[in-house]
Amino acid sequence: MNDFNIDTVTNAADTPETELPWAELGLKQDEYARILEILGRRPTAAELAMYSVMWSEHCSYKSSKVHLRQFGEKVTEEMQKDLMVGIGENAGVTDLGDGWAVTFKIESHNHPSYVEPYQGAATGIGGIVRDIISMGARPVGVMDPLRFGDIDHPDTQRVLPGVVAGIGGYGNSLGLPNVGGEVVFDSVYQQNPLVNALAVGVLKHEDLRLANASGVGNKVVLFGARTGGDGIGGASVLASESFDDTKPSKRPAVQVGDPFAEKVLIECCLELFHNNLVEGIQDLGAAGISCATSELASNGEGGMHVELTNVLLRDPSLTPGEILMSESQERMMAVVTPENAANFEAVMDKWGVEHSWLGEVTDTGRLIIEWDGDTIVDVDPRTVAHDGPVYDRPYHRPEWQDRLQTDTFRSSAAGGDLPASAEDLGQAVVELMSSPNMADKSWVTDQFDRFVGGNTALSQPDDAGVIRVDDRTGLGIGLATDCNDRYAYLDPYRGAQLALAESYRNVATAGAVPLAVSDCLNFGSPEDPDIMWQFAEAVRGLADACMELGIPVTGGNVSLYNQTAGRAIHPTPVVGVLGKFDDVSRRTPSGFQRWADGQAIYLLGTTRDELDGSEYARMRGHLGGQPPAVDLIAEKTLGEILINASRDGMIDAAHDLSEGGLAAALAEMSLRFGVGSRTSLHELCERDGVDPFTALFSESQARVLVSLPRSEELRFTDMTTARGFPALRLGVVDAESGGIEVAGAFQDGSFGIGLDELKEAWSSVIPSRFGGAAA
Amino acid sequence: MSADTPLIGDHTMPETAPLTDARIGVVTFPGTLDDRDAARAVRLGGGTPVSLWHADDSLHEVDAVILPGGFSYGDYLRAGAIARFAPVMNTIIVEAEATTASPLPVLGICNGFQILTEAHLLPGSMIKNDHLKFICRDQVLRVENTGTAWTSQFTQDELITVPMKNQDGQYVVDDATLSTLEDQGRVVFRYVGESPNGSRNDIAGVTNERGNVVGLMPHPEHAVEAGYGPNDATGLREGTDGLTIFTSVVSSLTGGNA
Repeated sequence: MNDFNIDTVTNAADTPETELPWAELGLKQDEYARILEILGRRPTAAELAMYSVMWSEHCSYKSSKVHLRQFGEKVTEEMQKDLMVGIGENAGVTDLGDGWAVTFKIESHNHPSYVEPYQGAATGIGGIVRDIISMGARPVGVMDPLRFGDIDHPDTQRVLPGVVAGIGGYGNSLGLPNVGGEVVFDSVYQQNPLVNALAVGVLKHEDLRLANASGVGNKVVLFGARTGGDGIGGASVLASESFDDTKPSKRPAVQVGDPFAEKVLIECCLELFHNNLVEGIQDLGAAGISCATSELASNGEGGMHVELTNVLLRDPSLTPGEILMSESQERMMAVVTPENAANFEAVMDKWGVEHSWLGEVTDTGRLIIEWDGDTIVDVDPRTVAHDGPVYDRPYHRPEWQDRLQTDTFRSSAAGGDLPASAEDLGQAVVELMSSPNMADKSWVTDQFDRFVGGNTALSQPDDAGVIRVDDRTGLGIGLATDCNDRYAYLDPYRGAQLALAESYRNVATAGAVPLAVSDCLNFGSPEDPDIMWQFAEAVRGLADACMELGIPVTGGNVSLYNQTAGRAIHPTPVVGVLGKFDDVSRRTPSGFQRWADGQAIYLLGTTRDELDGSEYARMRGHLGGQPPAVDLIAEKTLGEILINASRDGMIDAAHDLSEGGLAAALAEMSLRFGVGSRTSLHELCERDGVDPFTALFSESQARVLVSLPRSEELRFTDMTTARGFPALRLGVVDAESGGIEVAGAFQDGSFGIGLDELKEAWSSVIPSRFGGAAA
Repeated sequence: MSADTPLIGDHTMPETAPLTDARIGVVTFPGTLDDRDAARAVRLGGGTPVSLWHADDSLHEVDAVILPGGFSYGDYLRAGAIARFAPVMNTIIVEAEATTASPLPVLGICNGFQILTEAHLLPGSMIKNDHLKFICRDQVLRVENTGTAWTSQFTQDELITVPMKNQDGQYVVDDATLSTLEDQGRVVFRYVGESPNGSRNDIAGVTNERGNVVGLMPHPEHAVEAGYGPNDATGLREGTDGLTIFTSVVSSLTGGNA
């Protein structure tokens, strides 16, 4: 096995002059100098491999850390009362009551999904699910916020089907319902799609596990799939001839997933937790064994001693550095007491999972890794895992930002000659609903299993995914993810707040009480001060808004360098909000139900002239001006109204107004179950001082459409009046008409849209591009 | 997940007393996904679910067996091809083919149906859907045989809605066997409306000659509880048509009036 030159610690001390390829591994000169200073000698090849991956942007958050601190600082005691585990662990954990807790997190797998769409998307699911398992939780659902280039671009044709199939192929094989997400098309994501994945899990309080190695003499074990040459970060560099001439050839940096191995690993871990067989546990994701050993050791009390030749390999020619850096999927590392070792092995045998005992927890304060008895790593694990470089990168407001914000839709050529007649407005609604971003997404979501588990109470296209946690009580959770990148481009501070506001509103619209936030911050290069400004503004906006809404960020992920050929994506801070139901049977669906004929339709909230960044503006090819105003106090009041109305059974449908405004919400509520409506814009236009076009297409925030039985109208409006929140009766549900009829102060009376015609236009957009409906 | 859903392989009885003494085994293979759902469906149908493990050839005195959905062994080979050789299957095959008066009732759902065809307890085979994609949707079926242990409480030609979700759901069978199945009324479930996968004669489920073994691709265990099932005329996720499968077998096992 030992057929290459091993760079031991002794050798490193004896050969200080040896040149190491630190620059090719992505380290900066001062970072390398820092490593020399920490160690008091040059690092060994294996140590250099560890530092290089753990100090990478991806693992160390070195550019974002100084800003992310705000998520921990801008919090109140009240916000943290339900928080059991905060930022910094594999995923945050929030108390649900009744002895239950919930953990959720969202992550990105953008670049791998661009290089290899199927495996990139598949392993994105795999990684986030393992984060959830490592907290001691059973994963119970996933969601996928996806962003692709222009729907007609050849690159989208290549990337989208692979990403969708990869999410399905992996996620469906794990037995996790896919309950929501987003599908957005915009040319800014050409050659840089965003493939984010959210996973949620539940646990009993006593099953909570953390990633730390405590208890001197306890054993360290690696289990799951074998370690291979796939997914070696910077492998092309590590395997270069200048580093060591005896290494195997270059290997791909994209990991390959095995969902069956992951499914077995989930069940196996749950059995370990149930029988209390592990002291600490950590999944192997980015930076593989480097990350797991250094994090487990530095989060524990002492040190760790590992014999690396014990690692089970797929390829015996891997070097120690490659083994430390490999990102092979479906692996976990645990700390087990000697007394539990036999029982641990019995669980492994039952599930047919391979394992290898790597070493033990020590009290030396050092992470020592040996290769066949020779020491190749001798470091303070904290210096690897936590003391990486921190950069306060320069940032400034882009010089083009003011110009962008003054270019409003109304003042632009695109904003001239807007539809005003009933006929033109009706046509505009159909055109809107058949634009790629508003179109039916079931071609995508029908490739995901939303039923498995038998606990899915709501899923796409409803406002939130809703999952029951406890069969006996109906205790459950609601989840939504949102981001309007166009708003964030116009104003990143406000855009991030609007992403949070929409996600919060979606969860409350379904009836859940918002509890916690997880974010996936997708941006371009932090080395560009314009981009860094977008990032800093978005984080500041999000932290401020979380404080105002009173819900904490419990975890998340930063994805930088999302740019190709110098062109960055729009700032895309995807925000996930998790809420709680005491009883999920009280959830409110997003569409008019068939038996709801004659129910009253109310619009909650105020409509202003806010068309900048809107879907209507997008249809006209315009992006400029100011995003809609943020009013978090209104969002909070609206949320309380919706939660109470759901719990008390006052409303039978609720849908938030976001992209496409009132026009889209009315259309979507009717398309959901094929049930029409009759509404009038007269009063709305008069009360809010807007024209019918603005009433239909403005994207003012803090607005929701609800339907309720006439017997509940008084109770409902009493509640909105008591809270001083605007509520206006727009019309009625009409199950017989088969259409959407809208009256208003148009030149030619009212317009009607046949639901059959609308459905055809809305549902054929994606299948027509991607090869027919999934039957 | 429910607090009272046992860990896989845990044979202890649930805390709640069963409504009947019908013990129905639910087999877990590595990669099985819908075992907890099937156990819940048995409980809601009035029976007692008993968890069975693929590597254990004992059926633990169950009165009937369900092979639930999933991707056994990842289904990297033909779906069900490896699971068919599990120790538990040897016993199931013997009991299901017993020439006694009442051979073991066996239901295969989705991957379970694929395993039953691989085990030759049912004819035909499943290949990839004709559109080559995984499909998850609410599916209308017609119940065409109410003579089996699993369908006795349906009415002839009743239309039911249950979820379907699979990648390899296209039922194929040779012409002669197809004629036999049709002539003997052994097509138990047939897809109604546009075919979801290109199955021959729109077949969704079949039975063996004695009517004790039934396999179907759609998932009745996901249509047993209002609020969590498919959409139907009464509203969002209200469909519970699948429950009749489970009440049928409980009824036939306990001598209830079918």
